[in-house]
Amino acid sequence: MVAVSEASYSLEGVGSAGRSAHSGECPVARADDHAGAGRPLVLKGAGLRSTMFRRVLQLGLGPGLLTRGLSTRRGVSTLDWDAKVSEFKKKIECILPGKPWETQLYDTSHLPPEQSDVVIIGGGIFGLSVAFWLKKLEKKQDAIRVLVVDQDHTYSQASSAGLSVGGIWQQFSMPENVRLSLFSVEFLRNINEYLAVVDAPPVDLRFNPSGCLLLASEKDAAALENNVKIQRQEGAKVCLMSPEQLQNKFPWVNTEGVALASYGMENEGWFDAWSLLQGLRRKVRSMGVLFCQGEVTRFITSSSCVEGPNGEEMVLKRIHKLHVKMDKSLEYQPVECAIVINAAGAWSGHIAKLAGIGKGPPGTLQGTKLPVEPRKRYVYLWHCPQGPGLETPLVADTSGVYFRREGLGSNYLGGCSPTEEEEPDPANLEVDHDFFQNKVWPHLAQRVPAFQTLKVQSAWAGYYDYNTFDQNGVVGPHPLVVNMYFATGFSGHGLQHALGVGRAVAEVVLEGEFKTINMSPFLFTRFYLEDKLQEYNIL
Amino acid sequence: MAAPWAFLRLGIREWNGGTRSIHGMSESVAPGGNQKRRTLLQYLGDHFYDIQALREFLLLRQMLKLNRKNRSFIGINEKYGPYVTGALFILKLGGAVKFQDKEWIRPNERGRFSADFLAFREVPVEAVDASGCAINYLGLDNLLALKELQSLSLQRCPNVDDWCLSRLYPLAGSLQELLLAGCPRVSERGLACLHHLQNLRRLDISDLPAVSHPGLTHILVEEMLPHCEVLGADWAQGLKLGPEQQPQDTSSPVSA
Repeated sequence: MVAVSEASYSLEGVGSAGRSAHSGECPVARADDHAGAGRPLVLKGAGLRSTMFRRVLQLGLGPGLLTRGLSTRRGVSTLDWDAKVSEFKKKIECILPGKPWETQLYDTSHLPPEQSDVVIIGGGIFGLSVAFWLKKLEKKQDAIRVLVVDQDHTYSQASSAGLSVGGIWQQFSMPENVRLSLFSVEFLRNINEYLAVVDAPPVDLRFNPSGCLLLASEKDAAALENNVKIQRQEGAKVCLMSPEQLQNKFPWVNTEGVALASYGMENEGWFDAWSLLQGLRRKVRSMGVLFCQGEVTRFITSSSCVEGPNGEEMVLKRIHKLHVKMDKSLEYQPVECAIVINAAGAWSGHIAKLAGIGKGPPGTLQGTKLPVEPRKRYVYLWHCPQGPGLETPLVADTSGVYFRREGLGSNYLGGCSPTEEEEPDPANLEVDHDFFQNKVWPHLAQRVPAFQTLKVQSAWAGYYDYNTFDQNGVVGPHPLVVNMYFATGFSGHGLQHALGVGRAVAEVVLEGEFKTINMSPFLFTRFYLEDKLQEYNIL
Repeated sequence: MAAPWAFLRLGIREWNGGTRSIHGMSESVAPGGNQKRRTLLQYLGDHFYDIQALREFLLLRQMLKLNRKNRSFIGINEKYGPYVTGALFILKLGGAVKFQDKEWIRPNERGRFSADFLAFREVPVEAVDASGCAINYLGLDNLLALKELQSLSLQRCPNVDDWCLSRLYPLAGSLQELLLAGCPRVSERGLACLHHLQNLRRLDISDLPAVSHPGLTHILVEEMLPHCEVLGADWAQGLKLGPEQQPQDTSSPVSA
């Protein structure tokens, strides 16, 4: 075995090493005439055989042709040859009998690969969506290596997975949001064409096409009408209802205080987010994306000074490596990457801070932080035997309280977004039942009289990746950290926009611009330019 | 290349027992299931990447074929009007159509039908019988323009699912009879959006395998559509018998 390794050194080595090996017959002499220390001197009896082998090759292929050709093909000339050789020698020594080999050769299957073209931080709906579209839109199969890093494979705290209410609706005030929702609905409808994996059962989304009902009081009625006009222009099927029509259609509603209602007739409702996530994961795995469980702890970057358009100095950063730390251990793996996608949901702000976004004097582009932070939201499940019937849509009240039916057994799911002063502490996911008693139930009982008698069965809490600036998402590259892209910050409607946003980010990464839906209003630069995208109704 | 292709086709049909569905390639073998049902292509696909790619392509092609069958006939619509378009679409899929005051038009066993109805430009279509046809969400485009449709039968349609039912609301003004018996993909979630059809007088929801609690769903649908006669699961199905209704077994010494 040693002889073979010797011969292979000479073939693959840097030109000089190979050539110096040719000259000496005597193995000892070789140590002197080559500058590289740590040349293996194990050539004892095998030395003669390998030099003859080399001679034959040399004669056959011309001097230096073999070594030079192979080294340029492999690009080996830039390797730290001596370090590699000593490492390899240590490994071989351990395999030899009499040495403890378990300590040297250990299982690294839990570690991510050392290099990856694209690293997606966050394996929730946004991360998987970006991975899916990157693999779908790449020009050649397996052209780019994609790695998805997530800190929790069980998704116990993921906002988009089991904790989500799962609603999807097109009733937004921004046309891009409406388009994103429409695209998501079309994707969900044809999910078994998009996510088909041979020999696997089809994805069962359990979509309830019951629609979404938004109620507006006097002061919001004009804004609602305007929004419905925009939604209709984009192709959403939404109709406006007066209080009398509302009472006729849904007799269980108390229309006191409602001036106008908008009702989505088609393509709106709710579905099982967990099965979507699992279906995406399965498909993305079959397309060749690598997964790793770990936490990103550090970015290794390099910066360069460039002159901006107004003549001022700008510091552009580029991420070269990131450190992925394993769970419950100090072991980490540096992963070399070309592009990093921040899809970490509620923790995106933390990841952005690690990359150095926001380190600078406030008011400058360098000092603009990513304003995404985790906010805790509660969802309550209650039982009400005389409640609204099978036709109940997802109802969003004027006060901000929302609810929907769950299953056939008179169970309902709902919650409310608290005001700024009442924001719960996001340090843990404990549920506050008093919040339901004081803030949610009175409004529910006022809007639906049948809810005066209800019994809370269970409740849970989850994080919103809350964008404190304008509660709309951040999509696209960062102007200063040139290879970090964002796909986060959608504050509660991420699940319905994720599929369209994933496609947009994949288009920017692969082709440089947004092709299908123009997401340029959602770029990071609006935080610096103080350009708010106000969205009317945040559930 | 025709010969090996035909050989593989033969292989598939034989090994599959002659039946193919849209997910025929993906749903056939349960994990640890019987070895007999494995197809030649499945076996080869486990061992070769190119056969796997071939299988994925075949799966995609099946889906594309279905979508082609369900395309909208825009040209026909411009020339002959919505009623003739809807009728042509249904007849091509293998269903039957009834124009107002006319007889039912059905294709014969060969799939051929007479082209007389092309003259009925202004005659509205009254009833459509699409039982067993491969109509899906896209195909409903052609049917939704039939504003005077009174009876729609979608019995045993393999591709009609909850999404299709959510699309039926434009027919609310005229639809009086809807038959959904035996559709494998319709569940109680799709039935919930039938509340738009306020003129419905007859609804058949029997034998829906995807509905989880047929008796309870029947009751809830009846509550949702008070003026409609709902034929479906017997509401007592699935209920436990009370003590007085237990069969009296006097022969055995130990009775309940």
